Amino acid sequence: MRVTFTVNGRPQEADDVWEGESLLYVLRERLGLPGSKNACEQGECGSCTVRLDGVPVCACLVAAGQAEGREVGTVEGLADHAARRAGGTSADRARQWRPDPADTVELAPVQRAFIDAGAVQCGFCTPGLLVAADELLEHNPDPSDADIREALSGNLCRCTGYEKILDAVRLAAARAAEGD
Amino acid sequence: MDFLRPADWEEALAAKAEHPSAVPIAGGTDVMVEINFDHRRPEHLLDLSRIGELHEWDADGPDVRLGAAVPYARIIDHLHTELPGLALAAHTVGSPQIRNRGSVGGNLGAASPAGDSHPALLAAGAEVEAQSVRGTRLIPVEEFYTGVKRNALAPDELIRAVHIRKATGPQQFSKVGTRNAMVIAVCAFGIALHPESRTVRTGIGSAAPTPVRAGVAEEFLAAALAEAGCWDSGAPVPPSVAREFAELASGACNPIDDVRGSAAYRRRAVAVMARRTLGWVWEEYRGTQGRGTLCA
Repeated sequence: MRVTFTVNGRPQEADDVWEGESLLYVLRERLGLPGSKNACEQGECGSCTVRLDGVPVCACLVAAGQAEGREVGTVEGLADHAARRAGGTSADRARQWRPDPADTVELAPVQRAFIDAGAVQCGFCTPGLLVAADELLEHNPDPSDADIREALSGNLCRCTGYEKILDAVRLAAARAAEGD
Repeated sequence: MDFLRPADWEEALAAKAEHPSAVPIAGGTDVMVEINFDHRRPEHLLDLSRIGELHEWDADGPDVRLGAAVPYARIIDHLHTELPGLALAAHTVGSPQIRNRGSVGGNLGAASPAGDSHPALLAAGAEVEAQSVRGTRLIPVEEFYTGVKRNALAPDELIRAVHIRKATGPQQFSKVGTRNAMVIAVCAFGIALHPESRTVRTGIGSAAPTPVRAGVAEEFLAAALAEAGCWDSGAPVPPSVAREFAELASGACNPIDDVRGSAAYRRRAVAVMARRTLGWVWEEYRGTQGRGTLCA
């Protein structure tokens, strides 16, 4: 079947989608967006976390056909999403997104905070954590430690780098508060 | 496989009538796991995620009519006053990502004995609204669970909503697992005080082939509280009564040994949860009574 939906603000179409296929598979294997990671395929690890109509979900548990007509936000669109939220002007940035080996790409504040706080180890859980953390800060700019733990409780880090990850979210929140 | 995408509820019922083996999918938190792991290859997936009324609720009257696909996150945010036990149970489901998708209708459809909402539904009192092109029927939740992962739905029926009594007294929920998130219950216990009828209802999860009420324990406790005048005096539950209630609750279990825990552990844990949750709800009840004289 064909599935038509919006990914990071851009209309997308996937053909020959198997009816039992997950949104995660479509993103990674058909649309060339491998940021969302495939690990447990049962909603336990959170490494495939994306926004579906703004709501954080495990892309592995959304049937591809359920995404028809909906808006999906992935880690690839995070910087653009954050810029738009902050009132930035580069609404088309996601459309022009390319991997940048020189590391000159503008990052979302939460991405910058993860790097600065040393919250990225092997990196596998990072995309899911970024999407979950960004959504937390969007709704709760000044989260308590309990809020952060709760919001990230569906994301596993097998490097067990949780302390640095918590530091990163606190850092992102603190920087946003300074910038206000 | 066919992906059926009904635009409204009537279309969904017609599709289910035409394809009785179609597997309904809403949040996908159970069904997609089975498909991802090749445990299930239904001929038809029936997508209910586009049907607006399944995501709505009606809290007028003595019951909440909860649409089958209302996600747990919305129950926690919007219905914790009317359905405190269910909101507590919902908060223990999976993770934020899972609570944004999973629903009570899905829990009932899957009918796993470990489903988190079942003890709360049993304790509050609930009926499952099953619909088909033939009509509507209300199934008391006690009769809905018919076996491990089996329920009372006919092949052409879909769950439209769940009618849950609004709380008239304190409710509690307790669940045993290895951590606070992403845990399938080793076992779980729900309790609800119904002060207007001076009764207590319970629900036990993951300690028998189906979710069950601890009927003997409920009757014993109601009689003991009445005899001691505790409902009027607001006095503490005598320790001997709490102990007996816990033992009787444990006796209602029929657990198995599995990877999550042994049968003996589950019996023991249900007794502990029964005693503790009784303490919690009774303290809250006493607080609303505003006094604490001793039981006779």
